[in-house]
Amino acid sequence: MHELGIMTSVMSVVQQTAEQNNATAVTKVSLMVGEMTEAIEDALVFAFDALKEGTIAENAELQIRMIPPKSSCPECGNVFVHDRFHRGCPECGNMLTTLVEGKELAIESIEVDIPDEDEE
Amino acid sequence: MQVEINQPILAKNDELAASNRALLAEKKVFALDVLASPGSGKTSTILATIEALRDEFNIAVIEGDIASSVDSEKIKAQGIAAVQINTGGACHLESDMIRRAYDVLDLDNLDLIIIENVGNLVCPTDFDLGENAKIMILSVPEGDDKPLKYPGVFQAAEAIILNKVDTMPVFNFDRDAFYGAVGDLNPAAPVFEISATKNQGVEAWAEWLADRIRAIQ
Repeated sequence: MHELGIMTSVMSVVQQTAEQNNATAVTKVSLMVGEMTEAIEDALVFAFDALKEGTIAENAELQIRMIPPKSSCPECGNVFVHDRFHRGCPECGNMLTTLVEGKELAIESIEVDIPDEDEE
Repeated sequence: MQVEINQPILAKNDELAASNRALLAEKKVFALDVLASPGSGKTSTILATIEALRDEFNIAVIEGDIASSVDSEKIKAQGIAAVQINTGGACHLESDMIRRAYDVLDLDNLDLIIIENVGNLVCPTDFDLGENAKIMILSVPEGDDKPLKYPGVFQAAEAIILNKVDTMPVFNFDRDAFYGAVGDLNPAAPVFEISATKNQGVEAWAEWLADRIRAIQ
């Protein structure tokens, strides 16, 4: 249920960025979300749809790139993708591995309409 | 036109968390963020921890709750400074709330601040408060399958307290299944079996925490 708060932060950056670029509309918002976070994709979409109404991003599409967990093994150097529950190294069996991907919660980019572009 | 942003969504929270961390490092105060479900015994565990450590350390507590000051009253009754944060419905604490609590605490005369996060095994996991360690409490009645349902919090925790172990005979808690799942998720975290209200097993947990506090002093 913290997705609404997360998306509120996203919308504030989106609106700020759109203003800085003199955009007339935001058409797409792209996020990167690691599967090891507690942010659920459906809840993020729901929050986005609720928050975009009446804003410059009213007709924007939300694209979420989910990042699967990846860890590295300090014993044998193996880097491997895994699920949320098993982080042991499949090569050497070492359990004390280091998560290198999967905790992302980032805004990658937005797509905007700007007046100059429309005239081309 | 595409505009690249590439910034963390929680950038504001993370920046303030870093500032909280720097402030406490300067004051040599250890902050412990306690995550657990409602009813798992967070407040009882905190009270037992205070009892075990109060001779050596000056302690304060920040209580995060959606509403009420029931928990902070219990802490104050023990003669310990407590700040109540009511999140007004929000499911987790954020670093700006913690900063406002720090502003009213006497940081120069503290060694340990225990932050009792809102009872929730999901949302608080994603928020850095600038703490030195996040730990979690699971209580036996909640069941041995919780690591499979809430893997995030079991991985975020640097230590895991299994509370209410005195009730194990009446619940079908499968100790092997629990330790197996925790071992897959977070083999580095020690598990402390305690019964907070019966003051069982608290010494080992308190000693782990005391070592961590001494290390930053």
